Amino acid sequence: MIPQNLKYMESHEWAKQEGDIVTIGISDYAQSEIQDIVYVELPEVGTELTQKTEFGVIESVKAAFDLYAPVSGEVIAVNESLLDAPEQVNESPYDEGWFLKIRITDDSELDALLDAESYQAHIEAEHG
Amino acid sequence: MKRTPLYEVHKNLNAKFTEFGGWEMPLQYSSIVKEHLSVRSIVGLFDLSHMGEIEVSEQGANELVQKLSTNDTSRLSDGRVLYTLFCNETGGIVDDLLIYRHADNHYMLVVNAANIEKDLAWVETCNDTGAVVKDISQDTALIALQGPKSIDILNLFVPERDVSQISFFRFVVDKVARIPTIISRTGYTGETGFELYVSASAAEDLWKVLYPAVIAAEGHPIGLGARDTLRLEAGLRLYGMDMNDDTNPFEVGLGRFVKLKNRQFIGKKALLSEKKKGITKQMIGFQMLDRAVARPGYAVYQQGKHIGDVTSGAPSPTLKCSIGFASIESQAVPETEKIDIEIRGKMHPAKIVKVPFLSTGT
Repeated sequence: MIPQNLKYMESHEWAKQEGDIVTIGISDYAQSEIQDIVYVELPEVGTELTQKTEFGVIESVKAAFDLYAPVSGEVIAVNESLLDAPEQVNESPYDEGWFLKIRITDDSELDALLDAESYQAHIEAEHG
Repeated sequence: MKRTPLYEVHKNLNAKFTEFGGWEMPLQYSSIVKEHLSVRSIVGLFDLSHMGEIEVSEQGANELVQKLSTNDTSRLSDGRVLYTLFCNETGGIVDDLLIYRHADNHYMLVVNAANIEKDLAWVETCNDTGAVVKDISQDTALIALQGPKSIDILNLFVPERDVSQISFFRFVVDKVARIPTIISRTGYTGETGFELYVSASAAEDLWKVLYPAVIAAEGHPIGLGARDTLRLEAGLRLYGMDMNDDTNPFEVGLGRFVKLKNRQFIGKKALLSEKKKGITKQMIGFQMLDRAVARPGYAVYQQGKHIGDVTSGAPSPTLKCSIGFASIESQAVPETEKIDIEIRGKMHPAKIVKVPFLSTGT
C-alpha cells in the first residue's frame, strides 16, 4: 500500500526525489485519519523552506493540521489546483494531491527520513 | 471518562472517539461530511445519552421551574416541550435546556452533559418550594433519529400511532418496538426528527431496532463531529462555546427566550438593568468569502478595528464554505456588511449573514 520509492516523515509527509527536485505531499494514512479536507494553505513559489519546520496547513471539517517540510530548499512549484479542489488530497494523496516541488541543496537531508518499511512500522505503532 | 450504555456498540462500529464534557463519545463513524449530508437528505442515528436529565416533581415543581427559567414555563401544558435558559443572579447563563412537562408539578429538564453537576447544584440551591429534584441521567439513555426519513422509519416500530402527528416541540410516552419510550419531536439539527428517551438498560435494544432500518434507508450513525456542523448550519448555539456563565441571553441573541413581563425569575433584576444600560455585545452569523476556515477564538475585524471574536466556526458541508457565530460589539455592523477574520496572522474576508444559515424542515 505504501509506495516504496518515497521517503517519509513521522508527521506523515512524503518526499519524492527526482534529481535536485523533491515533490512533497501527505501519506494515504494521514489523509484517511484527517478526512474531509476542505482547505489547504501553501507557501508561494520562491519561499525558502527549512527541514522539519512548518510550511503550511490543511484543514478538515473538525480541525487544522500543520504541515512540516521533509527537506530544505526553495519552492519552485505549488499545486494550485488544491485551492479549488482540496479533496484531491483525500482522493489521490500520492499523485494529484501533491503540495509543492522544492529545489534542494543538500541531498543528505533525505537520508534522515524514513523509508517505506520504517514508515509502515511507525504508523502501525501510532495506530496501536 | 464517562461512557454511555452504547459505548461498546460504537466501538464495534469502529467509531473514532473524542472527549466531550467529560464523556468519551463517538466523534465520527465514517466521515463527518458524509454523516452530515445523510441527516440533511435521508436520516441519521445519534447516541446522545451523555445529556443530563433532571426530574422535578411534587408540590412546588411548577413554581421551581418557573423561577429558574427565563422563558415562561406557565405556557407549558402536558406533553409540551419548552426551550429555556437558566440564569444566575447576575444574568449570566447557567445552562440552556429543554423542559418537558409530563403533568402538573411533574417535569423533566434535559441539560448539557458538561453541566449536569452544576445544574443539579443550582436547582437544589434555588429549591425553596418543596419540589423533589432527582438526577435521572444515569438511568436515562437518549437516542436521536433525525432527517427527512425519520418519520417513516420511526413509524415502522410504533404501530399504535402515526408519529408524524406529533407536532414540533411536543412529546408522547409510548412504546417503540415494545420499549417504553418518550418520543419527542425535537432535535439539534434543524431537520425533521425525534429524540427518544429510554431507560439506560433498554438503550442497546432500541439502537439495535433502529440501526438496521437507518442503514437500509442508506442513512448513517452520526457522531459529535456532524452534530456540531448540523447545529451550526441550523443556527443553534452551543453552551460552552457561544455562551457561558458570564454572557447574558441578549448578548448571544437569545433574548426571545427571556420573558420579562408579569413574572419573576432568577436573574430578572440583573437582565432588566443590563437592558436599561444597553447591551454592549451581539452575536452575528458570518460566512467566509474565501475557502479559509474560521475557528473559535479567531479575531474579527471591521475596517482594521478588532470588534470581537469567533465563538463557533466550521466548514459547512451543505453550503461548501465556512460559517460561524461571532460575538462582536453591538453598534459595530449592519447585516451583509463585510468583515475580516484573522486566520494565522492573515486577514480573510467574510460577510455577516442571516441565521439560520440554511432553511430546513423541522
